[in-house]
Amino acid sequence: MHEPYYDVVTIGGGPAGMAAALGAREAGADKVLILERDRELGGILQQCIHNGFGLRRFQAELTGPGYAHRYIEMVEKAGIDVWLDTTVLATAPGGAVSCVSPTGGPQTVRAGAVVYAMGCRERTRGAIRIPGSRPAGVFTAGAAQRMVNMEGYLPGHDVVIIGSGDIGLIMARRMTLEGARVRAVFEIMPYSNGLTRNIVQCLNDFSIPLYLSHSVVAVHGHDRVTGVTVAQVDSHFAPVPGTEFELPCDCVLLSVGLIPENELTRSAGIHMDSVTGGAVVDQFRQTSAQGFFAAGNVLHVHDLVDWVSREAETAGQSAARFAHGALGGTGGALAVSAGAGVRTVVPQRLVPPTGDEKSVRFYFRATQPLQPAILALHADDNVVWQRRLRVVKPSEMVVADIQVATLFQGAENLTFTISPATE
Amino acid sequence: MGGTEAWSVPPRADVVVIGGGIVGAAIARELSRYQLSVVVLEKAPDVAAGTSKANSGILHAGFDAEPGSWKARLNVRGSQIYAQIAEDLGIPRRVIGSLVVAQNADEMVTLEALRQRGISNGVVGLAIWDRDQVLAHEPHVSPEIAGALWAPSAAVVCPFLATAGFAENAVRNGVQIVTECPVTAVETEAGAVVAVMTPRGRIETRHVVNAAGVFSGHVSRMAGDDSFSITPRKGEYILFDKAVSHLANSVLFPTPDKISKGILVSPTVHGNIFIGPNASPVEDPEDQETTPEGLAAIVAGAQRIVPDLPVQAAITEFAGLRAVAGKDFVIGPSPMVKGLVHAAGIQSPGLTSAPAIAEVIVESLRDTGLVLRPRPEFNPTNPKRPKFIEQPVDVQAALIAENPLYGRVICRCETITEAEIVAAIRAPGGARTLDGVKRRVRPGCGRCQGGFCGPRVTAILARELGIAVTEVRKDSAGSRLFFPRSQGAVGENEHA
Ligand SMILES: Cc1cc2nc3c(=O)[nH]c(=O)nc-3n(C[C@H](O)[C@H](O)[C@H](O)COP(=O)(O)OP(=O)(O)OC[C@H]3O[C@@H](n4cnc5c(N)ncnc54)[C@H](O)[C@@H]3O)c2cc1C
Repeated sequence: MHEPYYDVVTIGGGPAGMAAALGAREAGADKVLILERDRELGGILQQCIHNGFGLRRFQAELTGPGYAHRYIEMVEKAGIDVWLDTTVLATAPGGAVSCVSPTGGPQTVRAGAVVYAMGCRERTRGAIRIPGSRPAGVFTAGAAQRMVNMEGYLPGHDVVIIGSGDIGLIMARRMTLEGARVRAVFEIMPYSNGLTRNIVQCLNDFSIPLYLSHSVVAVHGHDRVTGVTVAQVDSHFAPVPGTEFELPCDCVLLSVGLIPENELTRSAGIHMDSVTGGAVVDQFRQTSAQGFFAAGNVLHVHDLVDWVSREAETAGQSAARFAHGALGGTGGALAVSAGAGVRTVVPQRLVPPTGDEKSVRFYFRATQPLQPAILALHADDNVVWQRRLRVVKPSEMVVADIQVATLFQGAENLTFTISPATE
Repeated sequence: MGGTEAWSVPPRADVVVIGGGIVGAAIARELSRYQLSVVVLEKAPDVAAGTSKANSGILHAGFDAEPGSWKARLNVRGSQIYAQIAEDLGIPRRVIGSLVVAQNADEMVTLEALRQRGISNGVVGLAIWDRDQVLAHEPHVSPEIAGALWAPSAAVVCPFLATAGFAENAVRNGVQIVTECPVTAVETEAGAVVAVMTPRGRIETRHVVNAAGVFSGHVSRMAGDDSFSITPRKGEYILFDKAVSHLANSVLFPTPDKISKGILVSPTVHGNIFIGPNASPVEDPEDQETTPEGLAAIVAGAQRIVPDLPVQAAITEFAGLRAVAGKDFVIGPSPMVKGLVHAAGIQSPGLTSAPAIAEVIVESLRDTGLVLRPRPEFNPTNPKRPKFIEQPVDVQAALIAENPLYGRVICRCETITEAEIVAAIRAPGGARTLDGVKRRVRPGCGRCQGGFCGPRVTAILARELGIAVTEVRKDSAGSRLFFPRSQGAVGENEHA
């Protein structure tokens, strides 16, 4: 069978896949291909009809489809090939990408370099083990969002939302605007998991209560959901006896976290970070497998699409350089670890700089809210860099650019910490 | 003529089977070998809606039942004949063996008793393993254990597909299965069955098989037979992601107590791991709620066998009800009503025993006057439905060339194509609901639990069934998934 060759293939045509493809093209890749299983490009953005995308990337406040559209136009102009309705089944060392589509059948594409950009999926009810019955009317917030915004159907009229992730907050507003009653949002943590602006614009503006340190302990209903039992939880997240109360509803939406979608990455034997749920990468976004890169939510869950585009562009450029032999492999790397107060750090490894770049951009998630805080870099036992942060929240990404000269001073271990700062 | 025309019942039938669980379906398929008109009446929207969809899915070797009991005889026979049946009906089945794990010397004594009992029941290949043998086979089992009883013939099946496989073959051979059709009365004259009543009409018949699971006591009393009653006993489960499948290679039981086989850790036929069940009596025969206490108890129980069980890898929880009538199954002609034959109180190992129960019930019907003339055109097999992802590339290419829908992956967790989903809907006795599709071809069974494929499968169901998206149900009549979007909804950015 004929196996077409591309310099760079991105798996996924959401914001990360498109930005990676464009980055690759910019860096001189001739033949670039995007493989997307949906019938259009844009990924999750297509169902996010609310505003708030692109403030950093385009200095404009766009809707999800609006942001996607700008990228789709750029992809078209750049002469990048796009195969829609195409699902990738496996990737193999050396850059073989096997995929399948109704019109093309099973095919293998040869790639000079591959960028994983499959995005993430939602955590489910089962994953958080909410007891009770299993009636209709329990949806993940993202699935419900797709039904409302793309297919035009409502998942219910009387809604309880579990988890304060951003999609749940956005859906609280959407469902209210659709004429549904949104009773409350219940968050098991003592702080919210969504962006502050979403709490204000999606809950406060509509007088929807947010209960922190509360959890749904049972779902009721035989055919359709009829209600939930809620309880306050203690510091170990165990329900506090006597605090239970019942709430009627016909719909439960879950917004309890996103998980990078790494079936392909894992089955390729790539080294994973158990905390981010994504691959371990270096500053070029190269994974432990030579020529395989990763960017966007498949690597670590981002809060803003602008960061995704930026990161994916780097990955795409690096992929093009790898395909042309201008970027080395994965050897000689320095480990970067998450120390006290830091839940995740990306990249997790640094390879020797190629000479072009002046700084490396790091993305962090904090373990707990702090106000104010110090983000510090420890090279072996010395603090070599630090920055004061006005507030940190686990729900919001911390981003820092650090000079190459600061990073490569001969230390064997680099560790980041986030600690409380005094006022 | 066979079929599943959901809205009609025939005016008369040679045999009416009440209940479309594994037992009713296996009986219907066994009856379809003969020149008979057979109707299965199921109150739920699909087959295997009761206990048959929520159990351990294990084809037990048969060493734990009292020698001479129905359970012992039918378990061993069922376990032997399943290999051919699974092949014929396309039921996924894997022989993986089972280990009953002993924590101490006392329990080792119990194991020896179980082994002896197994030998009298006719189970072959039983062996007592020491600790090292167990750990060599199961490296994740607690190193504290003393040893185990190895039963090589234990297998796992998908209990839903087993039921659907029997049901489909029965329909192919002329049986009519009517779903959403509860039997509301069994009419008798002079102590003999003459008809059954349903909301869809009355069926005259002289032979009624009671295979109504946890409702079998209720059905029996409808006919005027109160010789037994059923106590539902709940068992809860947690299913884990395939990422932790390495934790168990075979079915791992604790040493049993008096009430049940205990909380086990086992692979499913599809390659996940599950833990459960506990055993708690309940009042309500519809109560399938999982409980915090129950889930905590099964985690604790399972961790005694596999200490490193990662609770965060759970993907779903569910519960099933055992229909307990006493120590043994209730099988054979009613002692009080002529023409009524019971296949009732079929608790564990009912899944394993079902094909053997079917043989015994058909003999009972013959004994009570049913004339059995073999049907020469009986076809014991269901057509093979290729699983796209398991085929070599040339076969995949041929499948897509013939039907392009094989090229569209709908479920990304389990890699299930649109063609497979459509086939499950179009099959005889096929899926009518989201759960029906999920149980037949597994979209929604993976780690995303339908988050991605749910809306897509809903659209396919609507298209294939010729109904609106708002008519598509999760399962029962009241379980519609989506509502029309209301008029006058405000745009996202239009509010003040
Ligand atoms: C927790 C648990 C674990 C188990 N594990 C195993 C195992 O590993 N191996 C094994 O061999 N067995 C196991 N079993 C036992 C096995 O699941 C059951 O024996 C078997 O499923 C019983 O099948 P059934 O057809 O009798 O009942 P059901 O599957 O309950 O079917 C009865 C059907 O009758 C219908 N019905 C009821 N009333 C009416 C009416 N009036 N009109 C029309 N329809 C009606 C119901 O809707 C239902 O579909 C387990 C059981 C449980 C609960």
